[in-house]
Amino acid sequence: MKYFTRMKIRRVYEWSGKPRSFNRRLKTKDYDSFAISVEGLSKIIINTGQHILIEGNDEDNPYVAKVTRLYGDENGQQMKAVVQWFIRVSELPVNKLKLLGREPHPQEIFYYECRNCDNEVDVESILRPVKVKHLDSNDPFPDSADKDTLYVKLSWDSKVFRVVNTTVVESPAEPAPASSPPSCLKPSLPMSPSCSQSAATPRGPSRRVLPTPDHAIMQKASLGEVGCSSVGTPANVEAESLHSATKLSASKCLSAKRRNATARTPGVRKRLELTSPEKSVTGEEVLSQLLNEELESKVTLTRRLPPSPAHPLRVTHSLTPLRKARRPTGAQCGVPLKSSSVFLNKRPLSDSDSPLSPSKDDSTSPWEGDEMVTGSTKNLVRTQRIRDATPRRVYSGVKKATQKKELETIKEPVLSVLAEVENEKSPMVTETPRSSKRKSAMLVSSRIKKQLNLLENHQDLNSSGEEEDEFVPSKNDLLSSSEEEGQDEDGPNIDDQVSAKKFRYVATSSRNSRSKQKSYSSTRTQRRTPAKKISPGTPQTPRHATPSIPIRSLQTQQPANILEEARARLHVSSVPESLPCREQEFQDIYSFVESKIVDNTGGCMYISGVPGTGKTATVHEVIRCLQHAADMDEIPSFHFIEINGMKMTDPHQAYVQILQKLTGQKATPDHAAVLLEKRFSNLTPRKETIVLLVDELDLLWTRKQNVMYNLFEWPTRRHARLVVLTIANTMDLPERIMINRVASRLGLTRMSFQPYSFKQLQEIIMSRLNKLKAFEEDALQLVSRKVAALSGDARRCLDICRRATEICEHSAADPSSTGLVGMSHVMEALNEMFSSAYITAVRCASTQEQLFLRAVIAEFRRLGLEEATFQQVFVQHQALCRIEGLQPLSVSEGLAVCQHLGACRLLLLEPSHLGVLQRIRLNVSQDDIFYALKAD
Amino acid sequence: MSKRKARDAHLPVGECITQVQQILRERFCERRLPDRPEGVEAQYKHLLELLRRTAIHGESNSVLIVGPRGAGKTTLLQCVLRDLQKEEKVQKNLLQVHLNGLLQTDDRIALKEITRQLHLENVVGDKVFGSFAENLAFLLEALKKGNRSSSCPVLFVLDEFDLFAHHKNQTLLYNLFDVSQSAQAPIAVVGVTCRLDVLELLEKRVKSRFSHRQIHLLSSLNFTQYLERVWTQLSLPDSFSDKKFAQEWNAGVKTLCEDKSVEEVLQRHFNSSKDFRSLHMLLMLCLSRVSVAKPTIKPADLLEASRMCFADATANMLHGLSILELCLVIAMKHLNDVYEGEPFNLQMVHNEFKKFLHRKSNSMYNFEQPVVMKAFEHLQQLELIRPVDGSSAKVQREYQLMRLTLDHSQIMEALQKYPQCPTDVKQWAMSAFG
Repeated sequence: MKYFTRMKIRRVYEWSGKPRSFNRRLKTKDYDSFAISVEGLSKIIINTGQHILIEGNDEDNPYVAKVTRLYGDENGQQMKAVVQWFIRVSELPVNKLKLLGREPHPQEIFYYECRNCDNEVDVESILRPVKVKHLDSNDPFPDSADKDTLYVKLSWDSKVFRVVNTTVVESPAEPAPASSPPSCLKPSLPMSPSCSQSAATPRGPSRRVLPTPDHAIMQKASLGEVGCSSVGTPANVEAESLHSATKLSASKCLSAKRRNATARTPGVRKRLELTSPEKSVTGEEVLSQLLNEELESKVTLTRRLPPSPAHPLRVTHSLTPLRKARRPTGAQCGVPLKSSSVFLNKRPLSDSDSPLSPSKDDSTSPWEGDEMVTGSTKNLVRTQRIRDATPRRVYSGVKKATQKKELETIKEPVLSVLAEVENEKSPMVTETPRSSKRKSAMLVSSRIKKQLNLLENHQDLNSSGEEEDEFVPSKNDLLSSSEEEGQDEDGPNIDDQVSAKKFRYVATSSRNSRSKQKSYSSTRTQRRTPAKKISPGTPQTPRHATPSIPIRSLQTQQPANILEEARARLHVSSVPESLPCREQEFQDIYSFVESKIVDNTGGCMYISGVPGTGKTATVHEVIRCLQHAADMDEIPSFHFIEINGMKMTDPHQAYVQILQKLTGQKATPDHAAVLLEKRFSNLTPRKETIVLLVDELDLLWTRKQNVMYNLFEWPTRRHARLVVLTIANTMDLPERIMINRVASRLGLTRMSFQPYSFKQLQEIIMSRLNKLKAFEEDALQLVSRKVAALSGDARRCLDICRRATEICEHSAADPSSTGLVGMSHVMEALNEMFSSAYITAVRCASTQEQLFLRAVIAEFRRLGLEEATFQQVFVQHQALCRIEGLQPLSVSEGLAVCQHLGACRLLLLEPSHLGVLQRIRLNVSQDDIFYALKAD
Repeated sequence: MSKRKARDAHLPVGECITQVQQILRERFCERRLPDRPEGVEAQYKHLLELLRRTAIHGESNSVLIVGPRGAGKTTLLQCVLRDLQKEEKVQKNLLQVHLNGLLQTDDRIALKEITRQLHLENVVGDKVFGSFAENLAFLLEALKKGNRSSSCPVLFVLDEFDLFAHHKNQTLLYNLFDVSQSAQAPIAVVGVTCRLDVLELLEKRVKSRFSHRQIHLLSSLNFTQYLERVWTQLSLPDSFSDKKFAQEWNAGVKTLCEDKSVEEVLQRHFNSSKDFRSLHMLLMLCLSRVSVAKPTIKPADLLEASRMCFADATANMLHGLSILELCLVIAMKHLNDVYEGEPFNLQMVHNEFKKFLHRKSNSMYNFEQPVVMKAFEHLQQLELIRPVDGSSAKVQREYQLMRLTLDHSQIMEALQKYPQCPTDVKQWAMSAFG
């Protein structure tokens, strides 16, 4: 079992770039991207459309989502993101996994179509970007060692799995094609990014003809789409592409994709050009302002460049650490910028010698041929240097991968721009229900793709073939950078080995910081793999390993006659179709829970009643009905958790059990409390309402009452969505054992279950028997009246009836012709269960024992006390023996007799080592003893 | 061996005696279950039916077997289980878990024992035995997974059931009864206890979940049945190898049982206790007196055995005391008489003793104070006297308050049998006042 300590990684979240738009009514500003910077590590920029991991309660498996919109309030205090959720295998209810019909891949995620969860999250809960790949539903999962890519095949709407819509299916391919243009250009220019853009731009005008609405749709598609790893923001483009490339190292798959991609990209790019110009300019303004002093004239050109694709790349280059060092002010202002280029600023070599180069790269544009050349030369220089600096390695196998990366780097900016445009143009579209959007998107985008494919087929074919050799240098580039990072990581990794606890933390932190540079260095991948394996593995093992009682070898026999049938139905364990006599309570609880679920709020309810009045059964029935309603889609789905104070060893285990049932995680009570606290306080989004049943509440009492306090405190939290139903026996439990602050939080929603009246008991039996004629009417009435008079415990009632059927069965001379259970049988059963055995026990005791009891009474009478020592009683006993004409007992015999009575608890004795000095009390009333002895 | 028996019907007497002793000892030590429990047929049937239903129909049940010590509760249960196992349908369908309140003193140990006996511990290696909480959750999950029709019924036998009720929160009992009342793996919980008030020990929730079936084993047999029982217990089965010897032996037993003095002795035993364990003890003592020279049980043997059984252990201990210690005990007896059982201290006892000496003006028992003190301490070590509760150790030993844990009758009996007891000491003991 693994316990992890929680270490807070300090992350700083900032908007990068200027707000894209400002909503006056809501006073919110929309942004394109924001930057996460972690202390001591470089920044990550996250743009809309990118897949991200969101902090959840399971630290191994954070939530996966895709950013659809970023916005903040006026003064930049609050940062919010609107996301589209994906659901992990581990988050799916275990019982629903069956619907999948196959073993889920550990890295499989599902497009989450449920609308009932909050899709607005705090930006602070975002951990890092993640790779998400879409796979066709029939494709096998790539057999890749990389644990950081997630795969989407299906969508999940809490009821069924569906194949993800065709748009979504195809969209992953879209990004890839963007890279095709570079490929055509590459032969001439090794440095791909700039070239590709340049190539793209000239084509632009011709395609502007396409109707504008299309990109909106495309955008939607791309947003909704799961598999497009490349949708990443411009800033991330390079890094992102790198990941994806490694992941798809299988060259076949790559080439296939590339072909697809190339076929489609042009269209996308066209659209970009249509809409993006202004956008890109605005986005760059910040950068340019910061840079303009230092940057050469070429930099200024960049601003003028209409199409955006270039700008993200430029940004990354321009923000190398060296520059910042030189110009502190600029660095400060440009925090977001810095973060954007994760691996670039790790390449001091390349940047140091050519501080200007980035600007050149950026500025490269179709119109400025010279610029392009300079840029390219720069790149060449850089790559060579890197080669010198780092041991040269030839990764022939990786070649294709690198190409792929490059391709993606190019296409990504395109898409990101699309995203921006979309956001600007139609914010309300993003908010409309996903499904409707997607259908239209699918249609249109597929149509467009078809057209584009036709147009550009031939071009792409050429280009794809040519790229390959050209990219080697750039690939080396990447390699070197990754190597350096590998070295950087050594520190933390050593720590990992030292302490297992820190391991996870470090792993995540390193992932956060370097998520973009992932996996080039083989060392790192190796290291990470074990970590990954451990994390999902451990919590799962116990879950799957729970053994069960062996299966019986022979079939159970079915009830043969009416009495057996009746007995089976009367067993307390048999679940009745309905719960008679608790309709009112059922209705109250049902409406309470239902209203909470529908309103997405929380609340507490206290249910009291003596044992056997159907409290737990009613709640379970309510939950069953609600579950049914949820399945029918009448109410939002919810999660039911049950804990029982009697079924745990310590009140604090409640936390552990709740956490386990909520997430399958195991933790110590303290840690579980922390995790739950966090879960219920706010940051974790995407929650179904949780209905928590706390049975036997009184056993959760602790001296500080912190368990109860927490249980009742959580529902009051704004984001908790927790409904707590508590059950206990005493009506005034809150007043009796709870301190004020706990009782106050429990609130006044209370319900008490009255003991059943005889009519109700009768009805319960009748409904259970369900027209089975096994009992005489009178017999039933007798049982229910008797039980109602004594306790009103339905369990007792059923047990008596069951016993009566047995008696009836045995008393019948001929087992086949057993009649109805009559009064006599019921009477006998009642006697068996209710009569105390004391009188019979006294009657059956040996003569000396009876005498001793009489002696005890006699001595009590003499003393006028209800207590005497053995010595005193023994004197009486001997006197009685003489009267009765029996031989007096010796002291040891007398003690033996006394002990015998004490063992049966007819007498209450002090410990026997006191011998004759032990004191004796009666445990039966004197009248009972006289009655029993007189009858002889 | 068996071949030889077949050939030679008459075995040497010695061998016959050995066999007789072997057969009877097995009986008396309850090593062999009786073919059919005697006197409790109804209870036997009830329990058998109940457990059979659990095994065959998968019906969960809970039941308590209550009866005084030695009433045959465990024997009954064992017989039922043995007969149940003979049935083919049940044979492989019933898992058994035996717990004893004296061994499993808390729920943690009990849970481990259950896991072990269900052979669940191998399934997940050492994981199960992680912590108490895990173990409980684990076991509950295992039971919860099952259902009435598919999983194998489990029989939980809780010996000394009342001790389980003292476990914290009665967690184990609650959970077992809860499982037995819900649609989980079918289980039968059989509690065995001698406490009649066992239900009062159960917490109200636990009590509600218990089915309230109690099987009381209260023997209502009378003396003639008792005699019959003695006779059957002593007689040899027909299958005994040497028929002739068996016949002689059985005839001897019959005459023994008809003997007047024997009947008297047995009546006395019957009066003091009806349980068979004490009877077996008596018969065992008789049996051990059987030898080749005396191949039957004589009434004298029974009398002697009975005398040994009834012998008062504390009185016997008095025989080993020195005269001084005996005198001190007598002095204490007188103090008890005078002060009506109020506690005394060494000084008082010594004074009483000195008064006796003074009266006798006999220097024979003139002991120094330290010697008397030593004798007094010896008595305390033998637990013939016991310090009064709450008297602190701060008090000097001479003044520490004590009580005598002997009855007068025991002292008088010991004096009668004390070897060479001085007459004046005897007289002093018998006199009303010191």
